[in-house]
Amino acid sequence: MAHKRAEMLVDPLVDNNPITLQVLGICSALAVTSSLQVAFVMAIAVTFVTGFSSLFISMIRSQIPGSIRIIVQMVVIASLVILVDQLLKAFAFEISKTLSVFVGLIITNCIVMGRAEAFAMKNPPIDSFIDGVGNGLGYGLILMLVGVIRELFGSGSLFGITILETVNNGGWYVPNGMLLLPPSAFFIIGLIIWAFRSWKPGQVEEREYKIQTVEAH
Amino acid sequence: MPDDNEQNQPIGFIRRFLAMSPDSVPKTIFTAVAVCLVASMVVSAAAVALRPLQAVNALKDKQINILQVAGIYDPSIDVVEAFEAFEPQVLELESGAFSDQFDPATFDDRAAADDPATSVELADDPAGIGRQSQFVTVYLLRDAAGDIDKVILPIHGYGLWSTLYGFIALEENGNDIFGLQFYEHAETPGLGAEVDNPRWLALWNGKRLTDDGGELQISVTRTPPAAGADFHIDALAGATLTTVGVHNLVNFWMGESGYEPFLENLRAGEV
Repeated sequence: MAHKRAEMLVDPLVDNNPITLQVLGICSALAVTSSLQVAFVMAIAVTFVTGFSSLFISMIRSQIPGSIRIIVQMVVIASLVILVDQLLKAFAFEISKTLSVFVGLIITNCIVMGRAEAFAMKNPPIDSFIDGVGNGLGYGLILMLVGVIRELFGSGSLFGITILETVNNGGWYVPNGMLLLPPSAFFIIGLIIWAFRSWKPGQVEEREYKIQTVEAH
Repeated sequence: MPDDNEQNQPIGFIRRFLAMSPDSVPKTIFTAVAVCLVASMVVSAAAVALRPLQAVNALKDKQINILQVAGIYDPSIDVVEAFEAFEPQVLELESGAFSDQFDPATFDDRAAADDPATSVELADDPAGIGRQSQFVTVYLLRDAAGDIDKVILPIHGYGLWSTLYGFIALEENGNDIFGLQFYEHAETPGLGAEVDNPRWLALWNGKRLTDDGGELQISVTRTPPAAGADFHIDALAGATLTTVGVHNLVNFWMGESGYEPFLENLRAGEV
């Protein structure tokens, strides 16, 4: 059992990653990855929400009426997101200003709803919690990867600490301004998906069509 | 969660209830109400418990904005300490003179705007603020000789979605703009929220409020006004309504219902 649980935690990092394999949660991944610090806080917030929403939903899963199950899940998720938002405003005000609407939008992050509906409704609480945390971490891992590339090459720093001295500050590095704009995350996530699928060919989806070969008569 | 504390309850009723099919109508209603109750209690408890901390943060943020608009913000210096450079004063708008009725350290502008004793209902309300407080907290920055160097005046008004709260810093002549900055708004990110863009805010620097004849000419528009580029701040592309809001609120607060009496005094050297 312990072995299986460890697997549940590690599996969503690469093998079943919510961003690269399931391609969920892209919207917020574009918006919050221009600096590592913000991406890091977002990753923690999403991990907290997926973990505890899965835990609580799983605890009451046998009592949730099928007809209103999505609403019940949303109430649990939304309450946790408001809790995170309030905590950020109290303890990390600067970051909460930068994240602005994206904390609230965790509510609509498909990863949270996806785990609640697909896993927590059918599995016991501890397993659901681990599954939720694993998926949050899988999301966070990609966020951090994208954040490292965007912040390092976009503004020459990591976590706000200068690594490459930019020309504006008298250094040598000419920052790539496009990396600070949201569309650049599309390219980077695309490249990461490509890299993951080259490494693990099993993740490549089957083609929906086959090109027919015409034989000469 | 509804089924957590069942051991304290009479067994028969609760057990029977929990054993009911979750899809029955009474159970559905019960679950909906119970989940909402628990969730609302958690959310309101968090909001109430964390409010003092959030208020401290909001105050600090406001002070940082006042420091920034006055151009003396330095992240390495403690905000509270740096903020002591300012002399806060409660200003009576109508007379344009400082008032001793209130303590500037504790005076709350927004509460005063809601209090019928200190505010008026605006009939002509281009800034869209409804009620205007007759008393506002302004911040003076003095130079080494004790003369006024800059005045920082709070301004607010409606944009597209929200009321924008900000400060405008004026030079000692009461006519040249040193800077403008908003510290609270909920305009569209990427469009109206570009009012926070440092490059756009830099456009305000060095502009003038009134022309030589004393007419208020400042405008935030797409095309420069007849008065000239000295009075013109380029509108934000894609944020017409926010821009119109900023134009209106600046003109309102710099006009006769706003700081004009005070600025007249300042220009005459009577402050």
